[in-house]
Amino acid sequence: MTSQHDILIVGAGPAGMAAAVQMAELGLAPLVVDEQALPGGQIWRASEAARSDSLRAALGPDYAEGQARIARFRASGVAYLPGTRLWHLEPGFQVFMSKEGAAFSRKYRAVLLATGAQERPVAIPGWTLPGVMTVGAAQILLKTSAQIPDAPVWIAGSGPLPLLYMRQLLALGGRIAGYLDTTPRGQAGRVLPHALAALRGRSDLLKGLKWMRALQAEGFPWLRGVRDLRALGQERVESIAYTTADGVTHQKPASLVLLHEGVVPSIHATLAMNCDHDWSDAQGCFVPRTDEFGMTSVEGLYLAGDGAGIAGALAAEARGRIAALGIAQRLGVGSPDPALRSARRALDQRTAARPVIDALYPPPEAEIPDETVLCRCEELTAGDIRAAAKLHRGGPNQIKAYTRCGMGPCQGRQCGYGVNRILSEEYGQSRGETGFFRIRPPLKPVTLGELAALEEGREAP
Amino acid sequence: MFRQLTDPGVSSFHVYIDGVAAIARPGDTVAAVLLRTAPHIARHTPVKETPRAPFCLMGVCFDCLATVDDETSVQTCLVEARPGMRIERPRGKLRITL
Repeated sequence: MTSQHDILIVGAGPAGMAAAVQMAELGLAPLVVDEQALPGGQIWRASEAARSDSLRAALGPDYAEGQARIARFRASGVAYLPGTRLWHLEPGFQVFMSKEGAAFSRKYRAVLLATGAQERPVAIPGWTLPGVMTVGAAQILLKTSAQIPDAPVWIAGSGPLPLLYMRQLLALGGRIAGYLDTTPRGQAGRVLPHALAALRGRSDLLKGLKWMRALQAEGFPWLRGVRDLRALGQERVESIAYTTADGVTHQKPASLVLLHEGVVPSIHATLAMNCDHDWSDAQGCFVPRTDEFGMTSVEGLYLAGDGAGIAGALAAEARGRIAALGIAQRLGVGSPDPALRSARRALDQRTAARPVIDALYPPPEAEIPDETVLCRCEELTAGDIRAAAKLHRGGPNQIKAYTRCGMGPCQGRQCGYGVNRILSEEYGQSRGETGFFRIRPPLKPVTLGELAALEEGREAP
Repeated sequence: MFRQLTDPGVSSFHVYIDGVAAIARPGDTVAAVLLRTAPHIARHTPVKETPRAPFCLMGVCFDCLATVDDETSVQTCLVEARPGMRIERPRGKLRITL
């Protein structure tokens, strides 16, 4: 069976939408699939939904921009399937997906993964207790459901997202019990080498400074250089313990604790496809290797957006356009030079401040205590992983075989980097060398019913 | 744990969590409703039967798995609430009864 779609775009966030619009302008007809019910990705999630004025104002101008982007994407006429999960990808690009309880499989000449990022898992003792969530999760609740914590909330971690969320929350009448800022102190030395390069990105940095000043004026406790976070409780979180820069450990009542230590690319699909990945010390994660058009080491498989290295929504859009032009060229629909030049210029500008942001908010390095649950699904602790690591010197896959770590429903999305880090420490080797779990299909759970209904070559619903 | 800043103009409907009616609004995911409804959890884990609540809300942690309209292990943060939806919070291992 033939189809009008030769190109599949996975993800309808900033990168996927920009790529789709660019392709439509070139006369190409890609299919866009996305896991969510609405386009916009996490950053512009539910951006086109009707909102009260106060919520709109609190979410701010960067979020409001999403509405126009989504309108443009919808107007492009590109085929779009929301609520669709990609669960397997084979070379030559046979792609397996599910929508509304039915699986389907189709062949594509080129695939663009615009699947974005996830928050870096922050394994602390007690992080599996109800009442402990991520800052990103709380922000999603705000965007989709106008939902805020019903009591003063503890925010713990580092990076731009907690600052933005705290601003949004306060604007809506939410209350903050305290910000436990884990950013290491004395960042100036790390930032300075990148200062000159960041001049072009100064508007992003100035925005961050403005947020910090406005938040400091609010007067809630903002503790710097915090470490040794612990969430404590029986059936749910009851208190939070932490050590301040002066070495004193405190314990305070808590009903909700939000964690955040930056975001990392979603790499499950590129790992499953055996794409080459490089370890990034600056971002503390693996990044799929891509060429100047965003093509991975697998011919015809492209990457755009934060999945190709964390750089934010506006850089994601530029990368989406560049990948679209690369794919067009590859399929023989020559790509116009001016569009490419303008997209590359935008990318340069939108990534200029990134080295400074990375240096300001480095990935956490404190040792993970033995009692910390590392694998949330199989409920294995960091101590269990260290014990297994001593049995036999192997990699993450040996640990998986010994302990079931990474075999639960999340497939290592929450424990993969923790295992990588512990093995690298135990064996005195680099994290890049230590590697990640081997990722196998299905990338997402599939029911027997969906599989039974699978019909190869069936047209997308 | 969470409260909704309700806009008087927005309509609402009922979903049923373990048989008990809960209020949901258009745009809510099932996970969002679970986080507004005591005891604010999605399930007890199959391994050690510990309580878990939705954690990441973006489909990567799988802690919000619940049974939705008889389908087991649904990522409730990826499913929009619909009128009359039946949500069951799994307790430990899935036990198949014939």
